[in-house]
Amino acid sequence: MITRFLIQGLDKRGLTFLGLLVALAVLVPFANLLLPESSVLHVPTSTMSLWGKYLCYALLAISLDLVWGYCGILSLGHGAFFALGGYAMGMYLMRQIGSRGVYGNPILPDFMVFLNWHELPWYWYGFSSFPVAMLMVLLVPGLLAFIFGWFAFRSRVTGVYLSIITQALTYALLLAFFRNDMGFGGNNGLTDFKDILGFNVQAQATRAALFAMTCVMLIAGFLIARGIVDSKLGKVVIAIRDAESRTRFLGYRVDRFKLFVFTVSACMAGVAGALYVPQVGIINPSEFAPANSIETVIWVAVGGRGTLVGAALGAVVVNYAKTVFTSGFMAPYWLFALGALFVFVTLFMPKGILGTAQDWWDGRRRREPAAALAEPAPAE
Amino acid sequence: MIPAHAALTSSLLYLDGVSVSFDGFKAIRGLSLVIAPGEMRAIIGPNGAGKTTMMDIITGKTRPDEGTVMFGGSVDLTRLDEAAIANLGIGRKFQKPTVFDFHTIEDNILLALKSQRTVARTLFWKTAAVDQKRIDEILGIIKLGDARSRLAGSLSHGQKQWLEIGMLLAQDPKLLLVDEPAAGMTDGETVETAVLLKEIARDHSVIVVEHDMGFIRELGVKVTVLHEGAVLAEGPLDQVSANERVVEVYLGR
Repeated sequence: MITRFLIQGLDKRGLTFLGLLVALAVLVPFANLLLPESSVLHVPTSTMSLWGKYLCYALLAISLDLVWGYCGILSLGHGAFFALGGYAMGMYLMRQIGSRGVYGNPILPDFMVFLNWHELPWYWYGFSSFPVAMLMVLLVPGLLAFIFGWFAFRSRVTGVYLSIITQALTYALLLAFFRNDMGFGGNNGLTDFKDILGFNVQAQATRAALFAMTCVMLIAGFLIARGIVDSKLGKVVIAIRDAESRTRFLGYRVDRFKLFVFTVSACMAGVAGALYVPQVGIINPSEFAPANSIETVIWVAVGGRGTLVGAALGAVVVNYAKTVFTSGFMAPYWLFALGALFVFVTLFMPKGILGTAQDWWDGRRRREPAAALAEPAPAE
Repeated sequence: MIPAHAALTSSLLYLDGVSVSFDGFKAIRGLSLVIAPGEMRAIIGPNGAGKTTMMDIITGKTRPDEGTVMFGGSVDLTRLDEAAIANLGIGRKFQKPTVFDFHTIEDNILLALKSQRTVARTLFWKTAAVDQKRIDEILGIIKLGDARSRLAGSLSHGQKQWLEIGMLLAQDPKLLLVDEPAAGMTDGETVETAVLLKEIARDHSVIVVEHDMGFIRELGVKVTVLHEGAVLAEGPLDQVSANERVVEVYLGR
């Protein structure tokens, strides 16, 4: 049942995407670890980690596309779920440092010693265990989304109002995590990680494994999202997007369906955040910044919402552009470029890169047989 | 009041003394209406008579300020929400055809098809052979079988109306509320719609709200005239249209 659920709706586009990810998961670590640095095909570790970061963003974008592109819930606070997943992973990594910290305290992370704390706060318990931490990566964002969605969707908060309160949610978390006495490292966040599962996070092989793991999780996230949108539930969710009250009069409890996709999406965003943290080496409250969540919306819009693959594509394209732009003489103009891109896509490519390409392709395919029919066969 | 009680238990839908007001405007004032099982009833009335508000009350979209709304003699509809009422077996067709534009015609019917509406059931749904047969049957009735894989958004206005009626059939409700099914249709389509509704009425109870007198005549059923949120007259069309008050309200004398 699960297999059928996951593969029922895979089309050519989805298969291409999966094939590409599998190839990346195998070839990039191979090219990084086994090819000599002199080889033209060698992938430097920094490049690999950078692309690992892009792929985490791609997973975040897919999770947002699931709620926005398919269910019409424009969440402007998805960065919050990403950051919470990241913090859960960060807490695990902090506990792995053990007595190797600057203050050498075997239990307390450095920032707690610095704050003169003597005991580990209760909510840090269990984070030294990898399985527990991974459970929290799913549970914390999922639970927050569930509670938030429970109230918002039951009260039938929709449209702009919902977007605004999701924005407020992430902003509130930003302010909360900035506070030192929250116990999450305040302004500096969590950093100076040493080990993950006993392997040095800085080591080349660990980084390659993290990259491959990101590909695997992106594949899993894509398959789950694909399975959801291609099921009958996916049809209900699209129906909710297009005619919410009609769906209600058909007997569907709209709030429960919204709650389901919103929670699944938040868990997915949490996983993306958890993979992001060991690859960039830090998590701090700026990840909760409303601007991050808005940027995610831009990725999805640029790639093409309601396509899943497009969302991932948009995340990679925009972030690649960001890397290029912010590292050269054009650095001061990046935000202008991003803004211009969003305006351009909204005005001229409302279906995003993938939707526009699809339309062009369909149009060409339609024209070709028609042209073939119109032209009489040359007389022999 | 024994007679009232008898009317309640033998009714499919029972409205008594229902009133609702919006910002001081009384849209419905003391409306009473009884629909028997298997009955088809036409409801007419000038603009603002409260026809749509009445439907909103029956389907749970609007809560009445006072009055009784009972379904099947025992279920109090004023306590339930839209989804619960829909699952009890009350289907509604809106005045403006609302179908799911980005779904195919077949998927529109599938979504409406009587089934468990829970998240888990829809997530792992597999269309069984009986369901597929029923979908095909309905597509045949509404004459959209050949267009099944087209997007509903590409249909003409009249076809959308039929698709929506098809969706109602798929829901298999005990009671159908149909709001202006002939609005914006050509004469030919109007006649066909009347035939379709009469066919449906053979094994469902139907309430039709309509402006078009010709259409009502085509249906040939008992008529209730609403005016300013209350029942003005009730009876066969000929009798009702001879009623002086009705003529006055309609022609504004």
